[in-house]
Amino acid sequence: MSNKIDTSDKPNRTTRRRFLQSSGVVAGVVLGTGASAAAETENLPPNVPDWMKAPGDPMGSQPYGAPSPFEKGVVKNISKNLKQYISASGRTPLQELDGTITPNGLFYERHHGGVPTIDPAQHRLMLHGLVERPLIFTMDDLRRFPSESRIHFLECSGNPGYTKPYGKTASDLVGLLSCGEWTGVSLKLVLQEAGLKPEAKWIIAEGADAAALTRSIPIEKCLEDAMLAYSQNGERLRPQQGYPLRLLLPGFEGNMNVKWLRRLHVTAEPAYSREETSKYTDLLPDGTAREFSFYMEAKSTITRPSGGQRLNAPGFHEITGIAWSGHGKIKRVEVSVDDGKSWQDARLQKPVLTRALTRFRLPWQWDGKPAVIQSRAIDETGYVQPTLAELLAVRGENYFYHNNAIWPWRIGADGEVTNALA
Amino acid sequence: MRWREICGVALAIFFCASASTARAQTLYGIGRPATAAEIAGWNIDVGPDGSNLPAGSGSVSHGREVFVQQCASCHGEKGEGGVGDRLVGGQGTIGTPKPIRTVGSYWPYAPTLFDYIRRAMPQNAPQSLSNEDVYAVSAYILNLNGLVRDDATLDAKSLAAIKMPNRDKFVGDARPDVKR
Repeated sequence: MSNKIDTSDKPNRTTRRRFLQSSGVVAGVVLGTGASAAAETENLPPNVPDWMKAPGDPMGSQPYGAPSPFEKGVVKNISKNLKQYISASGRTPLQELDGTITPNGLFYERHHGGVPTIDPAQHRLMLHGLVERPLIFTMDDLRRFPSESRIHFLECSGNPGYTKPYGKTASDLVGLLSCGEWTGVSLKLVLQEAGLKPEAKWIIAEGADAAALTRSIPIEKCLEDAMLAYSQNGERLRPQQGYPLRLLLPGFEGNMNVKWLRRLHVTAEPAYSREETSKYTDLLPDGTAREFSFYMEAKSTITRPSGGQRLNAPGFHEITGIAWSGHGKIKRVEVSVDDGKSWQDARLQKPVLTRALTRFRLPWQWDGKPAVIQSRAIDETGYVQPTLAELLAVRGENYFYHNNAIWPWRIGADGEVTNALA
Repeated sequence: MRWREICGVALAIFFCASASTARAQTLYGIGRPATAAEIAGWNIDVGPDGSNLPAGSGSVSHGREVFVQQCASCHGEKGEGGVGDRLVGGQGTIGTPKPIRTVGSYWPYAPTLFDYIRRAMPQNAPQSLSNEDVYAVSAYILNLNGLVRDDATLDAKSLAAIKMPNRDKFVGDARPDVKR
């Protein structure tokens, strides 16, 4: 089910909503727009709906399929008040999505020099530095290597910040997060092809965008589970995701998963590039700053009911959300429906995969009274997702990155769901 | 006769093993060698110690001219920031509740400035400045931050010799930092 804010130009959405309400089957989460359109009953029982009385669109009307026009409000969440749009980010509408795989068109985006249009026939990957044999690969070359497919999340490290104003929706708060099935070649295989020298300790990865963005990756990660990915959810990468080639470092902050990958420079020391010194370092209250803080720690968020939605009636509601950890598999997700006084285990959708989104669900009877609901993730290392207060106590407000706080939602007596920390 | 057979088998095994070892080093034979010229053309990585900085130099005064033409529209006439990041000031604020992170107050290594400007700036035409212009703009930004004199000219050696005020303030990742 999707939950739109604006129904004014979508009379059939109102029809659907009326159907849900009048059916008595689903007391679901709907939008509280308050707009009451004229009753439309011609397509409801006992009448035969219009769309059964004539053939639909012919084969070929959409060579590349698009969602139903009734879902046109489910798009990336892109602020209208950005200072600029060349170095900027757009968010996944998490609260509109089910399951754990993000549709390619809704993947979150962050780029630092715009999205380049790269002809794959003219794209090259150069591998040089502390290797026995510096090599250049075409995209055809890379696709000749043995391939593999794995499901992993990607998350921007600034998702969200630590200071107000906090966002209203799950997307506003943690929408710089997506999950897909990636296909490519293990970086380890490609490195073996070139032969690492013993003093190789880091690899500087460079993108072929207008930022020529560079990050330094520790060699251990490169040999563990790093992938040179060329496909995402079955099709070639989208340009916004690095077409034709990106680095994938499961569990590491998004910025290191260098897109439009064109060069791997094997070195003994990190580059200390602008992106790993001036940015993507975590400033502590005492003036020191943590550098090379790669991992995204365990985190979860309830996506339904969540900020901006409304419970239309007391009674049964499923609480559902997503959990993930850069350190491995989610072991448990606990949910509280009483403002943190008590917690109960949510059911985890199997399979639970390492460094991938895990869907959790908890059946719930809402009594119609104000409530605060929240989730906390525990990963296989035993790490427990902290509260924002706990993080702020250790890190202060200027840490900026790696905020993995529990985020509670407040449900009003009218069913409106809002950010409980805002 | 028997010994000969044994030796023959042993030799065969030895050669097979050698061959597979050789194959193991270039398992798939995919890709072609990168030439030194190709690598030199693409490798613009500058180390924090100034390694791989190119020949050439640039003065603060020339940097001021380039900055006004190429940088000021986003970063402000004096690097005070705008659409682009603030570049100047903030020294002494990093350990306070309102830190101002700039090149002068936060960046640990001066050669990184050259590396970043050359690869990514100006945003509308990256990799369009000459190395001399990049040295000059680097010198001007460092001068605005009080880190080099008005009459300074920077090259690979003198840029790498600058000690940035915040260099020693970076520490390792101590997470998990909230424990139960």
